[in-house]
Amino acid sequence: MAVIEQLTQDFLRTKKLPHIWCPGCGNGIVTAALVRAIERADCDQRDVVIVSGIGCSSRAAGYLNFNTLHTTHGRALAFATGLKLARPELKLFVIMGDGDCSAIGGNHFIHSARRNIDLNAVVVNNHIYGMTGGQHSPLTPPGKKATTAPDGTLERDFNLLELARGAGATFGARSTAAQPRQLEQLISRGAKHKGFSVVEALSPCPIAYGRKNKLGGPVDMLRNMKEKSIAVERASEMKEEDLQDKTITGVIYSYDVPEYAEEYYRAIGKG
Amino acid sequence: MPETKPVLMQGNEACAEGAIRAGVRFYAGYPITPSTEIAEKMAARLPGLGGVFIQMEDEIASMAAVIGASIGGMRTLTATSGPGFSLKQENIGYAIMAEIPCVVVNVQRMGPSTGVPTAPSQGDVMQARWGTHGDHPIIVFSPASVYETYYLTIAAVNLSQKLRQPVILLLDEVIGHMREKVFIPEGSKLMVEKSSDKVPADWKPYDEKGLTPLVPFGFGHYYHVTGLFHDQYGFPTGEPSQVERALDRIHEKLDKYRDEVVLTNYIGHKEPRVVIVTYGCTVRSARAVVKKAYWQNRQPVGLLSLQTLWPFPAKEIEALARQADVIIVPEMNMGQIFGEVERYARGEAEVISLNRYDGEMISPDQISEKMGRWLS
Amino acid sequence: MGNRQEVLLTGAGGQGLILASIMLAEAAVNDNKNVVQSQSYGPEARGGASMAGVIIDIDTIECPKVENPTVLLCMNQASFNKYMPMVKPGCIVIVDSTFVKGPFREENKIQMYPITSTAKEDLKREVVANMLALGVVNAAADLIDRDIFRKVIIKLAPGGSGELNQQAFDLGYRLYEQGAEHDSGQSARTSR
Repeated sequence: MAVIEQLTQDFLRTKKLPHIWCPGCGNGIVTAALVRAIERADCDQRDVVIVSGIGCSSRAAGYLNFNTLHTTHGRALAFATGLKLARPELKLFVIMGDGDCSAIGGNHFIHSARRNIDLNAVVVNNHIYGMTGGQHSPLTPPGKKATTAPDGTLERDFNLLELARGAGATFGARSTAAQPRQLEQLISRGAKHKGFSVVEALSPCPIAYGRKNKLGGPVDMLRNMKEKSIAVERASEMKEEDLQDKTITGVIYSYDVPEYAEEYYRAIGKG
Repeated sequence: MPETKPVLMQGNEACAEGAIRAGVRFYAGYPITPSTEIAEKMAARLPGLGGVFIQMEDEIASMAAVIGASIGGMRTLTATSGPGFSLKQENIGYAIMAEIPCVVVNVQRMGPSTGVPTAPSQGDVMQARWGTHGDHPIIVFSPASVYETYYLTIAAVNLSQKLRQPVILLLDEVIGHMREKVFIPEGSKLMVEKSSDKVPADWKPYDEKGLTPLVPFGFGHYYHVTGLFHDQYGFPTGEPSQVERALDRIHEKLDKYRDEVVLTNYIGHKEPRVVIVTYGCTVRSARAVVKKAYWQNRQPVGLLSLQTLWPFPAKEIEALARQADVIIVPEMNMGQIFGEVERYARGEAEVISLNRYDGEMISPDQISEKMGRWLS
Repeated sequence: MGNRQEVLLTGAGGQGLILASIMLAEAAVNDNKNVVQSQSYGPEARGGASMAGVIIDIDTIECPKVENPTVLLCMNQASFNKYMPMVKPGCIVIVDSTFVKGPFREENKIQMYPITSTAKEDLKREVVANMLALGVVNAAADLIDRDIFRKVIIKLAPGGSGELNQQAFDLGYRLYEQGAEHDSGQSARTSR
């Protein structure tokens, strides 16, 4: 426990707490996993930068005791790209929500993946725009209700990790707020991976998403998340139809491809 | 005076070279006519200087990347034209709020929308002022020659660093694309402000007391940068008195350094009856007219050219209006600076506009015809 | 303003007139004159009638726009049709008789030279017609010191083509010295 207390002292801005998130929100669990992952990945605190966009989860930046950059909606990866190229020695974690990353920020997401620039994207996916009160996002599953889809959305959702893979991302992993230890491990592995990494963290939003879709309280939502999750190793032995409606967790893919910032500096003779 | 060799240089090229001279080592951009030569020049020059050039996926990302690199401690610039300038506006507002230095070049073309991409215009004067949302201050320069482009780019970088404020360089297609003979001074003749690497012991990222240097990320000062209203340490606040104070403070920076920010140049008669007020390439036609009318014919005329458009040179216009009977404002738009001149003339002089918006320059003949009516 | 020369180089996109105009401007700088160069951009600069303007003056150049050309070069029919009507009497008009077939009105004292066909026949390289034209223009209008101009050509010609370009420039001088054709391009030289 002492280790955790020390971590809290060092890496959290305790004076800025309590946080603004609703009771039962998964953002706190994901943020805590991120903090432990940073410790686990052995990063120097001075080198760590937390970049975030706009939305509930992006407020995490304000609570973390590093250099923190809370940017504009959807643009966190573009800000981070500039910063990483200016200071390649820095270790950048980019926290985004599902709407922030895959709707308004979709272009920056695919191009960061294409460049394979060494940014560690942590996408907190609660399937909804929480801060604005519950509108559907590109990661809202079809049929689910939102204030802007009162009868359930007709749109299909992205498979975020496959989208990233198609665009050239070299590391993709998924976990949930119901499995914080695994999440911590995956973020830490993403941090050690050289290149663009995406960790998708499914997270409950009981207020704006759960209530509207009758998913029960926070505990029910977390339990449900855990029950639906299947480790990627096990999933590979299962039939496609048995995987419908399941969440595959773990490292989905990891490839070694030259990293952009390093390649750039090598090309100009400063690598 | 050291001998400097004259060179032939294009306006866009002068912008890139000026930026490099001022220490800009990071460029992020997206191709758009008529600004693309700036990106091309930077792509050719920066790698050799150990700098970073990146062509981003869009204009929004370019603006974001530039701000990100500035937070990393680099001097940064991006260039675009009207349509791209519109896309950059949200993040320009961010840079103003978070007080991140950067220089944004807009080589104006004929709009609205795609308009005539290769034709000159001065239609973005108000966009430069009010393009981003909220009550924000802004600095906008508008050069009238290739050499002015060079030194105003340096001034833009310097001021941007000093005031931690984005500076807009509003070129027009005529200035951006023309090549001209210029003398580039050597050595220390052009001041490039050095950034201090000493951090005061009681450093706060947004010190209420006034200007404070930006300490780049990665040096152990764990502060927060946000587009939300924030306190001295960068942390969000919605407390009304703090919000008001913060907004006042970013405006006061420009008021306090007004004399370094507001640049104008007057030529002509000491007690003019007719004065032309203009900026950008239109200065060139106006100068041809005033030279002839004043130097050759000793007529009571003058020309006030505005290198700074925003903050608007109000004091200068007030003073002129007290002397002159008439102020003529030629501009390649439907009348944007005209309204400001009229406002600060305060009824002391008649203010008339001369507008052209067919994608052609205002000619000396057009100006002298308008002026002639008031001199007879 | 009596010194002000306004040179318009016009023709089709791809004839190298932009490069020619930059060389003329650079030569003016090296000849200690003031200079402003501009050109037409965009789709209209491809094919059709493209234009590059060079203003040369001893005095400071204020208005950067060519208003009253003192020298007009037309390297194709479209540019001749477009720019000829804007010149006033006294302007030196030089046309490439390879491509420009008139109509030539008396009052304009048009000088015709078989610029492109000479480049093709004497130098076997049509691409240097622009340099040949520069030679004719500079000889006819006496704009820039010839030696200074020749050095600029070496400096700015695309990799390795300096000497060929210089030859073409000199050939332009020779063409000028031989005298212009006087009717609509039917002299002995072009039918060679």
